[in-house]
Amino acid sequence: MKYETVIGLEVHVQINTKTKIFCSCSTEFGMPPNANTCPICLGMPGVLPVLNKQFLESAMKACLATHCTIAPMNRFARKNYFYPDLPKGYQISQFEEPLGINGYININIDGTKKRIGLTRIHMEEDAGKLIHGENLGSPGKSYVDFNRTGVPLCEVVSEPDLRSAQEARAYLGELKSILQYAEVSDCNMEEGSLRCDANISLRPEGQKEFGTRTELKNLNSFKFVQKAIEYEVDRQTRILEQGDKVIQETRLYDSDKGETFSMRSKEEAHDYRYFPDPDLVPVVLEEAWVEEIKKTIPELPEQKRERFAKEYGLPEYDAGVLTSSRELADYFEKCTSLFAKPKIISNWIMGDLLRELNKSNQEIGECPLSPEALVNLLKLIDEGVISGNIAKSVFEEMYQTGKEASVIVEEKGLKQITDDKAIDEMVEGVLQANPSQVEEYKGGKEKVLGFLVGQVMKTSKGKANPGAVNKLLKEKISKM
Amino acid sequence: MHRTTITQARELLHSKKLSSVQLTEAVFARIDAVEDKVNAFAHLMREKAMEQARAADERIAKGEEHPLLGVPIALKDLICTQGSRTTCASKILDQFVAPYNATVVNRLNAAGAVIVGKTNMDEFAMGSSNENSSHQPANNPWALDRVPGGSSGGSAAAVAAHECIAALGSDTGGSIRQPAGFCGVTGLKPTYGRVSRFGLVAFASSLDQIGPITKSVADAATLMNVIGGKDPQDSTSADVTLPDFTKALHQDVKGMKLGIPKEYFTSGIQPEVEKAVQEGIRTLKSLGMETVEVSLPHLDYAVATYYIIACAEASTNLSRYDGVKYGYRSSKSDNLVNMYENTREEGFGEEVKRRIILGTFVLSSGYYDAYYLKGQQVRTLIKQDFENALEKCDVLAAPVTPYPAFKQGEKLDDPLQMYLADIYTISANLAGIPAMSIPCGFVGEENLPVGLQLMGKHFDESNLIAVGHKFQQTTDFHTKQAPL
Ligand SMILES: [Zn+2]
Repeated sequence: MKYETVIGLEVHVQINTKTKIFCSCSTEFGMPPNANTCPICLGMPGVLPVLNKQFLESAMKACLATHCTIAPMNRFARKNYFYPDLPKGYQISQFEEPLGINGYININIDGTKKRIGLTRIHMEEDAGKLIHGENLGSPGKSYVDFNRTGVPLCEVVSEPDLRSAQEARAYLGELKSILQYAEVSDCNMEEGSLRCDANISLRPEGQKEFGTRTELKNLNSFKFVQKAIEYEVDRQTRILEQGDKVIQETRLYDSDKGETFSMRSKEEAHDYRYFPDPDLVPVVLEEAWVEEIKKTIPELPEQKRERFAKEYGLPEYDAGVLTSSRELADYFEKCTSLFAKPKIISNWIMGDLLRELNKSNQEIGECPLSPEALVNLLKLIDEGVISGNIAKSVFEEMYQTGKEASVIVEEKGLKQITDDKAIDEMVEGVLQANPSQVEEYKGGKEKVLGFLVGQVMKTSKGKANPGAVNKLLKEKISKM
Repeated sequence: MHRTTITQARELLHSKKLSSVQLTEAVFARIDAVEDKVNAFAHLMREKAMEQARAADERIAKGEEHPLLGVPIALKDLICTQGSRTTCASKILDQFVAPYNATVVNRLNAAGAVIVGKTNMDEFAMGSSNENSSHQPANNPWALDRVPGGSSGGSAAAVAAHECIAALGSDTGGSIRQPAGFCGVTGLKPTYGRVSRFGLVAFASSLDQIGPITKSVADAATLMNVIGGKDPQDSTSADVTLPDFTKALHQDVKGMKLGIPKEYFTSGIQPEVEKAVQEGIRTLKSLGMETVEVSLPHLDYAVATYYIIACAEASTNLSRYDGVKYGYRSSKSDNLVNMYENTREEGFGEEVKRRIILGTFVLSSGYYDAYYLKGQQVRTLIKQDFENALEKCDVLAAPVTPYPAFKQGEKLDDPLQMYLADIYTISANLAGIPAMSIPCGFVGEENLPVGLQLMGKHFDESNLIAVGHKFQQTTDFHTKQAPL
């Protein structure tokens, strides 16, 4: 039997704020344990939470950027469970009345657009972190670091609309891109600002009802999301093919072994006893405020992608690569504003620039080459000052040294030979040295022309203009 | 000297007839004389209080004037005071010292009040007799073998025994008004949201309010001026204007309408207590108030509703006492789960555990709708009842309790009987309205105080103060002294 995979993702995103969700502690990453704490986030007796307004606005932005409807009145709830990293014995979250509902984002799978529904986006506080004595302090003891406690999160819950690990990964990439574009999160998986749980089930193709699902918790990289889902789909397929039943449970992914394993069964699941938090008043969002937030949302990746293809006449692939981050798209657009040949710019960015960035493991924001510098190089080619080939080596040197293209060209004497007499002599020389190739060309083997051009270029140490050489060769041969 | 009210103390202090140091010393002398009989305090803050008294004297010498400057006040031991213990009368917080002040403490400090100590109470404010205390229970100054009421029993007993000039308590279901009634003093539970809860250790967040326990309504007005008002640290504190409550002391009550909710006088109330309350109502009529009968049809459900909501909130409010971060931790444990279990088993008293279990149950999946959700719906009906009744009148009058102070141990083995001690006070918390208890008579051979309860519209403490003050200008119940 053929099975269809059904996946829904729950993504926890840390929202960019200077301070925590309910107190004024810093959210700075990498501080010494418990440096970012106060009586409020430590859950001391008698303290009360007050909602961070900046966080609320960013969370609204996240909802609007993913087409969610913002609830005019929403409410915080307590999620009750005991764990040492949860100082109050409950997490302040949202349950029945979340901030945003019924959104969607579009993903691109092999050139086809697919809409993935978002059930909800809600606001909540993060928990702390346990440090075991083996790593710090005395072995056998456990320590708690409350720096993360109260760091503001949005949980983004998708509909079970994803059908493969590849789609799940694409969804995650698009979500990340949207949130980065909207500047509400940096979505840094290494620092834990993006975490993912996946609900996975299989059903016979054509069947409407969902199969029994398992939940994969704490997938903390894009690669692991894909691998863990692939493993889990295989595992469930094997079970079903043997005629057995999938057990509803929560599982974890062991990235060393590349396997998932059971964490707890449905029977052991917590009863979180959610109820509205009486310490916080309902969040009332007037329409005018929502409209104001809407105005602060910039052009999002999908719109930008479509605009790049249309406005600059770029292939869809180019538009996709160039809009993969807002900074890269901005870089591209800055270039086009200085030099109106978008496809040439696109080729250079996608080719040489991204290759250099990858090599040095840098983001576009750290690129040593300004759009102006790149454009100046491209203009030198366009004006015939240097050849495209020479430009490649000039580019590398610019990237390494930060020097202007014109300076490098001047210093190394890389200017194209524009002296017609000099080129004429070189062409003449090559024709005389290769009479048999000339005969072949005349006999109809046009490919030989390339060889002859190459010989001239070699003689000129690359400084002759290949176009001019080409033209001159043809002229001379036709007269022979 | 220790017998003065805030109003009297203010006159003495500002006319330099008395220094705050002298007054504070007098209060401590009184404490030394009677405290072993009353047990009103969980712990005293003698040194710090004397420091504050000296500072107040300096401020007075500089010509500063404030009604609370230099006045010795006691705080219920669940109001956090930076640098000194806040125990909530619980073993689990026995050595807990908060690194912050409650907002009301900051406001009292700014006003120059002298804080003499933290008063005894029922553990985490759960109880009506002060017997659920990790300390020796407090006794009623009017009859030492009787309870002072609860949960703010220590605050009420301290004021009645003149171990402080005034005190702050907290009221979740009657915890200010019931002990005030039992101890013959004045107690005001403000409107929910009127006084900041920041730094008040939570019992039931949607019901808790801090309020004054004083020797007169005038003193309550003075304290309310200091502790009331919006606090940015408490989202549930209301952003409404804070009137000068002492202005209400000059307000006439002639022509005001006094509502008599019939459900408060139907059954269960002791005839002598009812007589004293009716007498009180007659006095108010003689002052020119008109009475109207009103009805609160859902009142019968108040006790059940209250115990569902209060326990639900308490069960999660008290989750933070887990032995991990502060407070008591059982030393017997060898893994995380039994550290939790042993710590909470050993650290909490019986009544607290009973309510945690009850609250956990009503929030559990499968029971939530039938209990918690239903409770919230009934709460809305009760609130509407009060709003309807208060459309027909300015102030409601009712008994505070069905009986006067009972004997120690009398209801200890019967939680249900104990819960009924709050039957007349609980609904004001559910409705969020302000309510006040003032002495209106004495009953029985032991001459035990009886309280009259006044309830008003949301944020209308002023009318309660006006009516209560007029009552105290015509009667002398509030000036009677406990036989200590
Ligand atoms: Zn904090």
